[in-house]
Amino acid sequence: MEFLSDIASLINSTLRISTPLVFAAMAGIFAERSGVIDFSLEGKMLMAAFVAAVGSYYLGNPWLGLLLAIIVCVCLSMLHGFASVTHKGDQVVSCVAINILIIGLTTALAAAWFGQAGLTPTLNEDQRFLEIHLPFADALRDIPVIGTLYSDILSGHYVFVYLAYLSVPLVFWIVFKTSFGLRLRAVGENPSAVDTAGINVFTMRYKALAINGVLIAFAGAHLSTAVNANFFREMSAGRGYLALAAMIFGKWHPKTALIACLLFGFTDALQIRLQGVELPAIGEIPVQLIQALPYILTVVLLAGFVGKAIAPNAIGQPYIKER
Amino acid sequence: MSNIVVDKSKVPWWVSNVIVPLVNLTLALLVSGLFVFIAGENPIEAVKLIIYGSFGYIQGFAYTLYYTTNFIFTGLAFAVAFHCRLFNIGGEGQAYIGGLGVFLVAINLSFLPVPIVWLLAIFGAFLFGAAWAYIPAYLQSKRGSHVVITTIMFNFIASSLMIFLLVDVIRDTNQMAPHTVKLPEEIWLPSFEAFSGILGIKIRYSPLNLTFLLAIASLFFVWFLVWKTKWGYEMRAVGYNTQAAIYAGISPHKNIIIAMCISGGLAGLLGVNEILGVSHKIQAGFPAGYGFTGIAVALMGRNHPIGILPAAFLFGILYQGGSEVTFEMPNITRYMFVAVQGLIILFSGALENLFRPQIESFFVRRLNREVNA
Repeated sequence: MEFLSDIASLINSTLRISTPLVFAAMAGIFAERSGVIDFSLEGKMLMAAFVAAVGSYYLGNPWLGLLLAIIVCVCLSMLHGFASVTHKGDQVVSCVAINILIIGLTTALAAAWFGQAGLTPTLNEDQRFLEIHLPFADALRDIPVIGTLYSDILSGHYVFVYLAYLSVPLVFWIVFKTSFGLRLRAVGENPSAVDTAGINVFTMRYKALAINGVLIAFAGAHLSTAVNANFFREMSAGRGYLALAAMIFGKWHPKTALIACLLFGFTDALQIRLQGVELPAIGEIPVQLIQALPYILTVVLLAGFVGKAIAPNAIGQPYIKER
Repeated sequence: MSNIVVDKSKVPWWVSNVIVPLVNLTLALLVSGLFVFIAGENPIEAVKLIIYGSFGYIQGFAYTLYYTTNFIFTGLAFAVAFHCRLFNIGGEGQAYIGGLGVFLVAINLSFLPVPIVWLLAIFGAFLFGAAWAYIPAYLQSKRGSHVVITTIMFNFIASSLMIFLLVDVIRDTNQMAPHTVKLPEEIWLPSFEAFSGILGIKIRYSPLNLTFLLAIASLFFVWFLVWKTKWGYEMRAVGYNTQAAIYAGISPHKNIIIAMCISGGLAGLLGVNEILGVSHKIQAGFPAGYGFTGIAVALMGRNHPIGILPAAFLFGILYQGGSEVTFEMPNITRYMFVAVQGLIILFSGALENLFRPQIESFFVRRLNREVNA
């Protein structure tokens, strides 16, 4: 039973750790399917974490914090669109600019407003999201298998965890089963054909970026108002890039991206468990190596042991309408 | 005579290469001022402090040039790769590993005569930095893994690796903090203090050292390499149009690898300044964001050595003047200047065409009037 509960808690933390990655990967799918590269997921996630934490602190309600984070992230996405869609600036440069700007701005403002070296004040129970215990979770706990599955794995997560996994079929439906999704994919593959069909390429890309902003805000709010009770400097710790790698590994498809996100989440959950553990024959693995595992995994996955990833055809190219 | 029309190609070169970048820079600094205001301080006072801190006294000015040295290296690093359309945002990690190269060479070969140790240490920095850039370059070229993600991951990995080495392998065991022993004093690069004595100026301490001249030499090196050699031409061809380059018999793989390795090597030279010149030991996290600043420097300098020199100097002013600001204004931390970098990248990189059409057509109209007058 010891072993079983270990596995259960490992799966539990995998689900929790993967959550921001799932949101970010879904956000990335919208942007990149429309033909706009989005490395700025990292920066937007960090900004969302900051805004959500500050918003909840002042407004006393985490949902209002989340709402503010959504507004700010959509604005950042629009900035990215303004630079790279309207003004045809380099998309990667625009993303790098946003990421560096946000790293600086969030920490600088946190220090200026709260004076604690880039920390925001700790949120109390009313100001943050709490774990949701599903009905009958306690009653069912002692039933073998079902109890573990329901009470230890499914129950007791933050609202974002459930939302993240619900967003995957929703994104799949939007991207692959609606006419909006068809247009979205077409804009990323062959914008001039879409333009010929009378659809505005720029509007489509802006719409895709707006959805991208909404989704990424959830990832940030999860970090600062659910898992943690405050914002701290560079708390996104490369998750935006991991999610992007997961999305590429998942070939710009929600289902396979989800699997890649879970793989990252599992590696991270495992690395926390492995710290300080003596492994048979190898001995204790240096903690720095274990901490670097998700990053090494990203490089390995991107190197593509399952074939080369094929990006949307028009990705990274600003659309220039012929006159 | 009013039918004579001057087209855009007649716009003088200094409009697009001087006026437009200056307008973009001004915009970035105006928005930065707004952020300073939001943080609760007076932007005009901040500007005064920056100017005093970076020019007001000789020691401050020496610090400005010391930062300039670092930014020349990382700016050139980004620029070289960018000419091959590669976004090397891994300058941070390459500089970190480059520092390891300097240190290992210097500590193991310190018995050799001094200028030779220096040359070998510089070579070590370049080699280690280049090696760290080689893997992302290889993966980009052969496997199509995007160099932005891999270089960022390599920053994280470099950081973990260096902390591991500093804690468990090369730590100065007499100290608790994660740093190495100091290099023997004979092989330290001469600093500005020594020269200032000859010039008749007395200063207590200055981090400015001989590496500044290496940075200036690197500017010439990159200019020559990129614009005056066959390889530089090939590399720019790959960056500009890969298909056309392949058709012309140029190998993208070879050029991607060389561009990234030179880029990583240049970033690695930061280690010469920091370790052989200033701290004489490896400290945890010594690249301190210089690698990222290099992106802003390169984009502001339009990826040309002639532009990178003033851009690096400007960032030197911002860094040194900025530390004066953080000292005097409690609400401003050094992260405010990270945000300023982001704004400069945004306005002089991504939004560089924001006002270009308006500015150019202004000059076109003026030229038209002159012609028709």
